[in-house]
Amino acid sequence: MAETVPSHPPAPEEGHPHHEEMSFWSKYIFPLDHKMIGMQYLFTGIAMAMVGGFFAYTFRMQLAFPGIEVPGWGLVSPADYNALVTNHGAIMIFWVAMPVLIAAFGNFLIPLMIGCDDMVFPRINRLSYQIFFLSVLVLIASFLVEGGAFGGAWTAYPPLSAKAEYSLTPLGSSLWLLAVALEFVAFLLGGINFITTAMNSRAPGMKMYDIPIVVWMIVLASIMFMLSVGPLVAGAVMLFFDQQLGTGFFDPARGGDPVLWQHLFWFFGHPEVYVVLLPAMGIVAEIITVFARKKLFAYKTVLYTAFGTGILSFTVWAHHQFVAGIDPRMAHIFTITTLLISVPIAEMCFVYIATLYGGSIRLTTPMLWALAFIAEFLIGGVTGIFLGASGADIYFHDSYFVLAHFHYTFFPIAIIGFYAGITYWFPKMFGRMLDDRLGKIHFWGTIIPFNGIFLPLFILGLAGQHRRIYNYEHFPELATPELQALRVLATVSLLVMLGFQLVFLVNFVRSLRRGEKAPQNPWKANTLEWQAPSPPPHGNFATLPTVYRGPYEYSVPGRAEDYWPQNAPE
Amino acid sequence: MSSRPIATTRSATEIPTGKLAVWWLLGSEIVIFGGLLASYIMYRLAHDAWHAQAAATNTWIGAFNTLVLLTSSLTAVLAHQAAEEGNGPKAAKLLWATIGGAATFLIVKAFEWTMEIRHGYTITADTFWSFYYTAAGLHAAHVLAGAVVMVFVARSAARNQELHRVELAGIYWHFVDIVWIFLFPLLYIAK
Repeated sequence: MAETVPSHPPAPEEGHPHHEEMSFWSKYIFPLDHKMIGMQYLFTGIAMAMVGGFFAYTFRMQLAFPGIEVPGWGLVSPADYNALVTNHGAIMIFWVAMPVLIAAFGNFLIPLMIGCDDMVFPRINRLSYQIFFLSVLVLIASFLVEGGAFGGAWTAYPPLSAKAEYSLTPLGSSLWLLAVALEFVAFLLGGINFITTAMNSRAPGMKMYDIPIVVWMIVLASIMFMLSVGPLVAGAVMLFFDQQLGTGFFDPARGGDPVLWQHLFWFFGHPEVYVVLLPAMGIVAEIITVFARKKLFAYKTVLYTAFGTGILSFTVWAHHQFVAGIDPRMAHIFTITTLLISVPIAEMCFVYIATLYGGSIRLTTPMLWALAFIAEFLIGGVTGIFLGASGADIYFHDSYFVLAHFHYTFFPIAIIGFYAGITYWFPKMFGRMLDDRLGKIHFWGTIIPFNGIFLPLFILGLAGQHRRIYNYEHFPELATPELQALRVLATVSLLVMLGFQLVFLVNFVRSLRRGEKAPQNPWKANTLEWQAPSPPPHGNFATLPTVYRGPYEYSVPGRAEDYWPQNAPE
Repeated sequence: MSSRPIATTRSATEIPTGKLAVWWLLGSEIVIFGGLLASYIMYRLAHDAWHAQAAATNTWIGAFNTLVLLTSSLTAVLAHQAAEEGNGPKAAKLLWATIGGAATFLIVKAFEWTMEIRHGYTITADTFWSFYYTAAGLHAAHVLAGAVVMVFVARSAARNQELHRVELAGIYWHFVDIVWIFLFPLLYIAK
């Protein structure tokens, strides 16, 4: 591979000197290599996505066909239903979006894209995954204990979550809380590693504005996570004491206040939306520039809007509490900040669209996903305006309109963002190409049913269907055949979409074994990870690169090639 | 581990990587304690009755522990100074003095809590006491963690190894000290 790596006159640092064979255990189970830790996060995240998807299938079947024996689960009791929706939400956010978008892509990409050989603290990195894995085990254990899994919604509002006589899950709710807390610790450790690595370990010559957008985004997301999760860590300790010791932090009868939990939760919970959004936005930025063969329209604007989003996201949390009895004057303030935060995000979308304008667009599978991300996320963003306005929210609150809205944000982030990233970086991660035809079948088979699931839910929400009801037969105005038909449509669309995920799994497994061998730089991209071998060996680069220019110099006039790698001297 | 990655040796910000990481760690700790104390202050302002509960805390014991922690921060600074001069054994001795301060703090706290629990002021007695034990307990866990870390740092410093870690442990220790500077007036002095 040495001849394919551009060599530079000043070769300041030799590549990693250690290439001895490692045992199975030290290579795959307890690795220190950032790429392998990224893979551990990736595969754990995919496995958890299957669990979360199975839960969605089970409760959607119950809603479309109340009282049937759901194949693979059986009869869904009300307690089952609550536990399924609670853990579907928690799993998809804490055990799918976070590990895949931040930990898997962050671990794999940051050292490669900034041109160094590993994270700065490999052992802390390994510890981060181990704590994360422990959190998965604790979460699974919460399903197996006496009383069953926690069913008080992923937001875990007290008093329902605080008292066993209300939740009926004396152990399940505490284990659930412990699992979430462990997950936070794992991501705090990982985040410190990401931030420090990106700040200190960039290749010689890589200035602040030469850092690829996706690295910026993952680092900003890690900082936001770190600064928002603290109060909820404190809140989790307080809730745990309420559950297990009988304190009254959230018990109004004893001087506590349940609304305090809502503040602590959403002070984290709303920035968390942007914590997962920013990495997805970063992935999309990389893909759009490469496949439009054009410079990113406004690099610094994307950065400033990301900073603006980050700061504003700490001032919007109470829009989740408009009906919780907060002062209407406060509601006005939070309405204004919430509407304001749509400005930087919209600007980011405009930058991406402007990047496409006049480019020579290639509709590869990753590009399709990236374009779909913008289109679908826009629907989520626009419907958010209705909910951010306190007047409208009082009507929409806790309806399926809210549910459809946040699935139009989180599905593009967690699922479309993941598929965009994995189809784009698969050749680098595994050294093989994915099948493009199967990729496109999977793309259309996912995007069309996705809209089939959630567009009907907007209509149901407007018709007054409230959330967290396991059977609508007892609500005469909601049990009409027209509304039931919409529920069936959503469920059938879900079944179709889940079925098409098999295409991806087949493509993934088959390409791993028999896919076409990937060249070093199949997409002709500029960023440094494509200048390392596919897949990169331990230590990443034969000679650690030096950076001469920004990451998005595509189609520069006067050059024979339409790309210009960051590490090419000329 | 056989060797450090090259990434660890780089310093684009010209701040040593370890120091940078400790500051980010403290950033995450500040918001944890910040959230807890902000909750406490909001509750306290809304509940006049808590004054009666707070009157039962022992300000003198709290003041003594404040003095102990401040003194241990002084020895931590002196240890850093000795490490800067390359005098590892001296830095190690001063770190052991800091660890001694941590131990004194925890022992005094144990006696204080035993006394209070005997008088019926348990964690469930009142929400004031819930905050009292949760905040001070979380802080005590940090004192303990800092002491354990300093044992390792002192042992390597005594052999003149990894002297830069003396400063890192010191930064963390000052943070633990500062948290207590907030806790002492909020839990003890404000009656």
